[in-house]
Amino acid sequence: MLGYTIKRLLQMVLVLFVVSIIVFLMMSFTGDPVFMVIPIDSTQAEIEQARRLLGLDQSLFSQYWIFLSNLLQGDFGRSYVFRQPAMDLILERLPATIEMVLVAMAFATVIAIPLGVYAGANPNRTASRGIMAGSLFGISLPGFWVGMMLIYFFSVRHPLLPSSGRGETIEILGLRLSIFTADGWSHILLPAVTLALATLAIILRITRAGMMEVMRQDYIRFARAKGASRTHILFAHGLKNALIPVVTIFGLQLGDLIAFATITETIFAWPGTGKLLIDSIYRGDRPVIVVYLMLTAFIFVVINFLVDIVYTVIDPRITVK
Amino acid sequence: MAEPLLDLRELQTHFQTFGGLVKAVDGVSFNVKAGEIVGLVGESGGGKSVIGFSILGLVDPPGRIAGGEIRFDGRDISKLGEREMRNVRGRDIAMVFQDPMTSLNPVYTIGRQMDEVLRLHTNLDEAARRIRCIRMLEDVGISGAESRLDAYPHQFSGGMRQRVVIAIALLAGSRLIIADEPTTALDVTVQSQILKLMRRQVQETGAAMILITHDLAVVSEMADRVVVLYCGKVVERGLTEEVIRSPAHPYTRGLLDSIPRITDRQRRLRQIPGTVPDIRTLGAGCSFRGRCAHAQPLCAERSPELAPVRGSLDAACHFPLQETL
Repeated sequence: MLGYTIKRLLQMVLVLFVVSIIVFLMMSFTGDPVFMVIPIDSTQAEIEQARRLLGLDQSLFSQYWIFLSNLLQGDFGRSYVFRQPAMDLILERLPATIEMVLVAMAFATVIAIPLGVYAGANPNRTASRGIMAGSLFGISLPGFWVGMMLIYFFSVRHPLLPSSGRGETIEILGLRLSIFTADGWSHILLPAVTLALATLAIILRITRAGMMEVMRQDYIRFARAKGASRTHILFAHGLKNALIPVVTIFGLQLGDLIAFATITETIFAWPGTGKLLIDSIYRGDRPVIVVYLMLTAFIFVVINFLVDIVYTVIDPRITVK
Repeated sequence: MAEPLLDLRELQTHFQTFGGLVKAVDGVSFNVKAGEIVGLVGESGGGKSVIGFSILGLVDPPGRIAGGEIRFDGRDISKLGEREMRNVRGRDIAMVFQDPMTSLNPVYTIGRQMDEVLRLHTNLDEAARRIRCIRMLEDVGISGAESRLDAYPHQFSGGMRQRVVIAIALLAGSRLIIADEPTTALDVTVQSQILKLMRRQVQETGAAMILITHDLAVVSEMADRVVVLYCGKVVERGLTEEVIRSPAHPYTRGLLDSIPRITDRQRRLRQIPGTVPDIRTLGAGCSFRGRCAHAQPLCAERSPELAPVRGSLDAACHFPLQETL
């Protein structure tokens, strides 16, 4: 277990290194960032000075070298726009994104798994066919459209819920969170539902497919022959065996939503990292983008690691080496 | 005479398929007395397993019990609701499945899977349940039982798993064990161990057993009585000794002839010609006539009824065999 953890940590360093190179190279093709930070009427001398200040007058290789050596000293670079450390900018917004994503994932899982189990255990019932047809909507409807429709119905036509912002937050352990206030909940609901919809549909379909496979197995019949109740057979004997692909998808979706909730955050003006990313791309704020994408890679590696651990908890036949 | 423990009367289990109605079990009657082992014999597709599942009420749609009675201990359990049936399963009647590699749930320890039966059907506390599980594992010949409780199925060999399955079946003190091809998936050396174990357990607990198998050799070793099935119907039944020594139905004879014997090695092994017919297109007459060497015009016209032939033997044949093997 310890050896496995060390191996994964080394893997992570490698992944982050490669990501930093790719992002650095990509950013050099997207135009000269200096024009994003200077006033339109700047003189040539002012432009040159800005370039020197930002270190953009040096070769790409030496820029990367400076970035890397600073990184090893814990300095992730400063935003061109805000003149603040890029990491601070991201970490400040991360709690907002993570709490929205966690609410969305919880919402998706709590609904998807029972429906998936039902549809998988009774594939021929009308209700199951209805669930599956509904899940197709969840997969195919684009998030931005769903978000706008939710705003239209719940904020405009019937002003029940606010359409933007985080609402009232309270600080817990240095993190500003909305989920502990009623106002915060009213703000988080619509974006979380928007974000949850596609994930809900995917988890539902994966759960159903797994359950259909598992319910044919002999051990399900054997459990029935023991006199176990239907619910116990479905959830204790069936679901646990169908859970491996569900956990895999759950992990991927979790990472995906944390990293790229951009569209939903933009629609609901949710002050999270996704909105920061899109703003930084508009402004050519390279340090923020680099750190953001490295952080994203880091989150994915961590989630994958956790998913591997969860596998071993679910299925004793799987061991980590 | 006391009423038998299990009494099947004209059981009908049908499956509605796209190709038509399949009468997998078509008017089967036999009984099992307490403490008795009854062998249920026939080729694949003969409806043997379906009878087992019918008794436990585990026939899934498109299948259904279309008629007849399953009297267990004097009451017809085929009419019970799901909730009442759950109390019968595992407590009154237990089942052992064919493939021990797949009948245990891979993600739970065997201790937990054993405990489940006791939790469902007894009021014992946790410590008492644990002791009973350990004792039962020892009874079925698993050494180091206490530490094995925390092992997972994949840590056991096939034979050991089948011992665990048998332990689970016997755990709640069921009065009837339905063993569906319990040794078919096992090595020959392990087979006889498991069979001996099952016979001993049945004798010790006084439970009855229905032994479902395609292997007449197994039946001749184990069973007190034999019921031979063909195309969902009973074609012959009687005391094992008489059925083996002088079968009255040509099908039983065919099954016996296809068992290899070490004494006649020069003779080619005889087999029953042809295959089991499509059960949906049987029509009138005896369903075995197409493969029967003794078939007469009458066999195509009228389906033979199960009738006493001699001694304990009942056979469904217009021209029952007379010779002794």
